[in-house]
Amino acid sequence: MRFWEKPFGKEKPKTICGEIHIINDRCKGCSFCIEYCPRDVLELSKDFNKKGYHPPIVAKPDMCTFCGLCEMICPDFAIFVTEKEE
Amino acid sequence: MANNTAQLQEKTHPMEDLLRMDRMPHIWCSGCGLGSAVTAFVEGLKKAGVSYDKTAIVSGIGCTGRVAGYVRLDSYHTTHGRAIPFATGLKLANRDLTVFVFSGDGDLFAIGGNHLIHAARRNVDINVICVNNFIYGMTGGQNAPTTPLGAYSSTAPFGNYEMPFNLVGIAAASGASYVARWTTMHARRLTDSIATAANKKGFCFIEIVSPCATVFARKNGGGTGLDLLKEFQTRSIIDHEADPTQIPLTMDNEIVCGEFVNEDSPTFWENVQAGIKSQLEKFSNWEEMQSNSRKIPHKTIRKYTSSRDS
Ligand SMILES: Cc1ncc(C[n+]2csc(CCOP(=O)(O)OP(=O)(O)O)c2C)c(N)n1
Ligand code: SF4
Ligand code: SF4
Ligand code: SF4
Ligand SMILES: [Mg+2]
Repeated sequence: MRFWEKPFGKEKPKTICGEIHIINDRCKGCSFCIEYCPRDVLELSKDFNKKGYHPPIVAKPDMCTFCGLCEMICPDFAIFVTEKEE
Repeated sequence: MANNTAQLQEKTHPMEDLLRMDRMPHIWCSGCGLGSAVTAFVEGLKKAGVSYDKTAIVSGIGCTGRVAGYVRLDSYHTTHGRAIPFATGLKLANRDLTVFVFSGDGDLFAIGGNHLIHAARRNVDINVICVNNFIYGMTGGQNAPTTPLGAYSSTAPFGNYEMPFNLVGIAAASGASYVARWTTMHARRLTDSIATAANKKGFCFIEIVSPCATVFARKNGGGTGLDLLKEFQTRSIIDHEADPTQIPLTMDNEIVCGEFVNEDSPTFWENVQAGIKSQLEKFSNWEEMQSNSRKIPHKTIRKYTSSRDS
């Protein structure tokens, strides 16, 4: 590995960030996504959705690493992530 | 933040192409694991790279039995317990289809129990996904053959006295080619298992331990689906080397997860072919017969259309 080359001016390693999409009215407020997000990005909203459940809200958007766990665990297809374009 | 989410809603969920969105929201309760199991199934199919027009899903009756109706594939909602015989016929008549059975523990092991062991014994080339929520969810929480000893149900108000089945043990002992168990919390590993099963020949069986928030949790100490999921998380261990017949599920023991069996043995259809060949060879040359039979245009090419095309 020639890691000593180009000490300056080397581009910063790209950090992958996710953008969270919540389909509020489809959510049934089970909190699975909030509990299993490894970065504690999500929080329970104080507001109700159309069905009377509390959907999640994105509390720390910058912490999301686009791991996709919230999307995989959500039983109601109500949350998904896309890669954030920098 | 609220504005931000509202604006992002315009993008559609990436699974919408494989779900029947006109039927959403689904009927499953808040905190039920079935939706997570469907996500794993859909993601598993995508990962397996199978053609959606050549994949069929068959369900029986129950909360889990609703899955066939929510997935945008050729789907069949059969009578209670009869998903496997239906799938067997489907596969044998249409051998280029990938056939999945997606049904509940009651459907596949109580009323449909014999179908399961015999399909596994014959090694019919179908993939069976069984959601085990330890109870008859749809009909109000009656005892299932999976209800653990001592668990409460509508028909066991003083606790269940019957020994439950160990589903992976039965499947493996009956001769399945692939046997795995996961909980809905093992989202990625479950997805991988479903992808493996989709591309594997022979009888594949996957047990998905799933929380039933409404009846099982309510009758057994209250709590929500999330509480049950957390409990599964603390109780489950992964051990691919475990003997599937030695890992029953009780109310408080370890939930041993893993891929326990993954072997290749001749499927039912291969045995049918081999049997016919050995008989007919007594009378004439098999290769010749095969090439002659190909000359007969016995099959007209059918055009498959799916709801996606319209
Ligand atoms: C022939 C017949 N007998 C009984 C029933 C009633 N029934 C409907 S669903 C069900 C049990 C389903 O249990 P399971 O397969 O575990 O599905 P779950 O709802 O737990 O997902 C029963 C007994 C029926 N529909 N048909
Ligand atoms: S993608 Fe991962 S990090 Fe981002 S919100 Fe979902 S679970 Fe959390
Ligand atoms: S997992 Fe899905 S249904 Fe449950 S709270 Fe999160 S977005 Fe809502
Ligand atoms: S009754 Fe149980 S299995 Fe059926 S939808 Fe509700 S939580 Fe799920
Ligand atoms: Mg059940």
